[in-house]
Amino acid sequence: MTFVAKPKVHHPKLPVNELGLTRRDYEGSVSTLCAGCGHDSVSAAIVQACAELSLPPHRFAKVSGIGCSSKTPSYFLNKSHGFNSVHGRMPSVMTGSNLANRDLIGVGVSGDGDSASIGFGQFAHIVRRRINMLYLVDNNGTYGLTKGQFSATNDKGSTSKKGIPNLYEPIDLVSSALQIGASFVARSFSGDKKQLVPLIKAALSHKGMAFIDVISPCVAFNNHSGSTKSYEFVRDHIHNVMDADLIMAHDEVTADYAEGSREDVTMPDGSTLQLYKVDADYDPHDRVGALNYVQRMQEKGEVVTGLLYVDPDAVECHDIMDTVSQPLNELTEADLCPGSDTLDALNQRYR
Amino acid sequence: MSIKYNDFVIRFANVNGSGSASANGMFAKALFRMGIPVATRNIFPSNIQGLPTWFEVRVSEKGYLGRREGVDIMVAMNAETLIEDVASISPGGYLLYDNSKPLAKALRRDDIHEIAIPIASMMLPEFTDPKQRSLFKNIAYLGALAGLLNIEFDVITGMVATQYKGKDALIQPNIRSLELGRDYALNYLEAPLPLQVRRSEAVGDRIMIDGNDAAGLGSVYGGATVCAWYPITPSTSVAESFENHSNVLRIDKETGQKKFAFLQVEDELAAIGVVIGAAWNGARSFTATSGPGISLMSEFLGLAYFAEIPAVIWDIQRSGPSTGMPTRTQQGDLIGAAYASHGDTKHPLLFPATPKECFDFAAQALDLADRLQTPIMVLSDLELGMNDNLSEPFEWDDSRRYDRGKVLSATDLDEVEVFGRYLDVDGDGIGYRTYPGTHPEKGAFFTRGTSRDEFAVYTESGEVYQRNMERLQKKWQTARTLVPAAEIADQGQSVGVLYYGTTALPMPEALDNLAQNGIYMDTCRVRAFPFGDEVEQFIAAHDLIFVAEQNRDGQMRSLLINELQTEPSKLISVLYYAGLSISADTITEQISDYYIENKLSRVTEVQS
Repeated sequence: MTFVAKPKVHHPKLPVNELGLTRRDYEGSVSTLCAGCGHDSVSAAIVQACAELSLPPHRFAKVSGIGCSSKTPSYFLNKSHGFNSVHGRMPSVMTGSNLANRDLIGVGVSGDGDSASIGFGQFAHIVRRRINMLYLVDNNGTYGLTKGQFSATNDKGSTSKKGIPNLYEPIDLVSSALQIGASFVARSFSGDKKQLVPLIKAALSHKGMAFIDVISPCVAFNNHSGSTKSYEFVRDHIHNVMDADLIMAHDEVTADYAEGSREDVTMPDGSTLQLYKVDADYDPHDRVGALNYVQRMQEKGEVVTGLLYVDPDAVECHDIMDTVSQPLNELTEADLCPGSDTLDALNQRYR
Repeated sequence: MSIKYNDFVIRFANVNGSGSASANGMFAKALFRMGIPVATRNIFPSNIQGLPTWFEVRVSEKGYLGRREGVDIMVAMNAETLIEDVASISPGGYLLYDNSKPLAKALRRDDIHEIAIPIASMMLPEFTDPKQRSLFKNIAYLGALAGLLNIEFDVITGMVATQYKGKDALIQPNIRSLELGRDYALNYLEAPLPLQVRRSEAVGDRIMIDGNDAAGLGSVYGGATVCAWYPITPSTSVAESFENHSNVLRIDKETGQKKFAFLQVEDELAAIGVVIGAAWNGARSFTATSGPGISLMSEFLGLAYFAEIPAVIWDIQRSGPSTGMPTRTQQGDLIGAAYASHGDTKHPLLFPATPKECFDFAAQALDLADRLQTPIMVLSDLELGMNDNLSEPFEWDDSRRYDRGKVLSATDLDEVEVFGRYLDVDGDGIGYRTYPGTHPEKGAFFTRGTSRDEFAVYTESGEVYQRNMERLQKKWQTARTLVPAAEIADQGQSVGVLYYGTTALPMPEALDNLAQNGIYMDTCRVRAFPFGDEVEQFIAAHDLIFVAEQNRDGQMRSLLINELQTEPSKLISVLYYAGLSISADTITEQISDYYIENKLSRVTEVQS
């Protein structure tokens, strides 16, 4: 396959961020996914979010598993290292990467085939370990690369392209993440960039495990009538409970929502997370309540989106382990090797 | 009757979970502290409490550390196994038992000595708590043995004082129990026996430690900062040792924080994933597992081979296949480990034979993994890993620097004109890598298990794919020159014996036995795969080579044939795989039988 590289010359009117960089500096290679694939919108949203946050484009560790979604780390943040690992195993590779260098920003991209089947165990365990990262699932309910088999997130009764219904219960990753202990849980829709970009920004500013399930329709195999993961179905059934926006530390916090419906949350990096309650009764700090809400709406066939749960005071794995603040991969012999005198003393202990 | 010193096998028959391990360990340690070479073996079931377990100590002034067939003294503390325990005693040997209940007539043998001590009755008035009574029974046996075998009593009481430092309430009942046993032996039995111990110089400056503890400590010295693992017998204590030593040696003095990450993960798939992710991001990392774990890790091992990521995996081998005999030893994972994963994969293996080598290889494996940018597997086994072994003391050269291999820093990247992750710049098949986040503009690349070109760009070009596979083959040739060389003793004999790992333990004794039968052989102890030139030359220089190993299929022999195109008829397998470690008797017998069956000439025959 050949593809033409995008010209590196920036349009003079492209906005420049605090680092003097434009959105182009956060892009990746040209996507090889199908035209109209929801995943490309997600990659574009990541690019926009990282550019708007003025994060250094080379300080990310991008890790993925196997599948269409897992190809996408090639399509954003070209200046950072990426690792397309094995099926369902992004969480373990990301865990290792994070243990080695806690300073890098971990972005793990996975799919429903990757995270809800072979990777379901690793998904659960990275969530409970609270690795500091953005765990983003491009959720299309189907196995695209192998031509349209149902995945484990496909709703019962939702049909294949040939009209055959799925007979089995779906796994809801959002409910699992809430139950197991993710400290930031959101769901969004690849067709709603206005919602998705701020959510990614908020997730990147969050300390700890931030999980975003993005319904991202597969135009080739799961975008027909009868599918509950099509653009049309999701647009018709979306139920947004909580808009979020991230205001940088030095920017003015402006209120343009009705009194009482907004909550400002200070994030660990000094930025402010503004939450706008679309559903007045929803409490984004009540984990069990969020889980109930999501499940109840799911029973009605509604797709709940928005920032569903956030614990701004959450801890991350390095806090739990009590590791040094310096990245472990920077430690040298002087830090690591106890030396011969200590060894002689140890020998004596074994006599 | 003449007295035999420092040469016997004693076996303690216990019930798992009855607190016998501590007393048994003290017995072995006491002899070791008297300067007498000992080798210990735990023969235990896959069970927490209730099933039979045996502890065997080989005592040998000559320093033979391998297992020897036959039991000279049986300490029978388990009624359930009494029949087989009595049967296993060598003629002329001793049975030490508790005659609080009389020994069944059917169990009596004319050709062994019975030593009866009413231990249970003796403990009854001493301890009211039945649990304590049972625990201190073990200690009373130890006291009796001190009397019977002439073990220096001060050495044992000294150990009790050290072991229970801070728990003073336990010292007195321990000493009391020791004295009860000893006094009974001295007052009522013909003690000491003609089989005795006496202080010796034979231990020298050696230490006593198990291989897994040595591996964990070596990983600390070798600079490992990430250990991810999943519990599996007999490897668990490698990870635990790393954590225990790190908690002492790797704590930041100012903050009290850890200069290491230790993570028990959900399974072996995750363990190797964490190791690979950490190594990709520039941390030295390792895991420890056993055969079933290697099977699970195979997919990731293939990825790491192809994507060229360092990793160190300790495989403490146990009896397979499948769950096999999980608490018994074997050398059965060679082929599975050497070629783990689908497609054309192969991985360097290291074969430690002593705790010292476990320590050394732990650090060296981390260097090799970084240098070769590939997984390195260290194949130890239960025999070495979980038993206390005599070992040369550990050494560390303070001027030694970790070999982090070919890694470009930000400054390096500023200087290089072209960076291609998989470019063979130096002609050794090894490219230069960068850690994530090194440089704002240069050096980032995408790691993947799919084919890519020299610049890490995805490609499905057959030509480029093949070129990459050929470079990996070149790297394999480089590996041959970097892994630990075989230890060879060549006296110009026409016959040789080749072995590795714990098969080395009984080898000195087997060679002495064979020499008495007029069979003299050169030796080659293989320490790594791929085989270096020295192994190839050793095989070429001998007409016949016995390959001694602990598995059914002669896996080392297969590797030699496969990798060196050795003529198969030249390699004769000497095999043992019944769960214990291979004994000198087995090696001697199989080689002698081959000589007889094939009418090979022996030195004695030539002389006569």
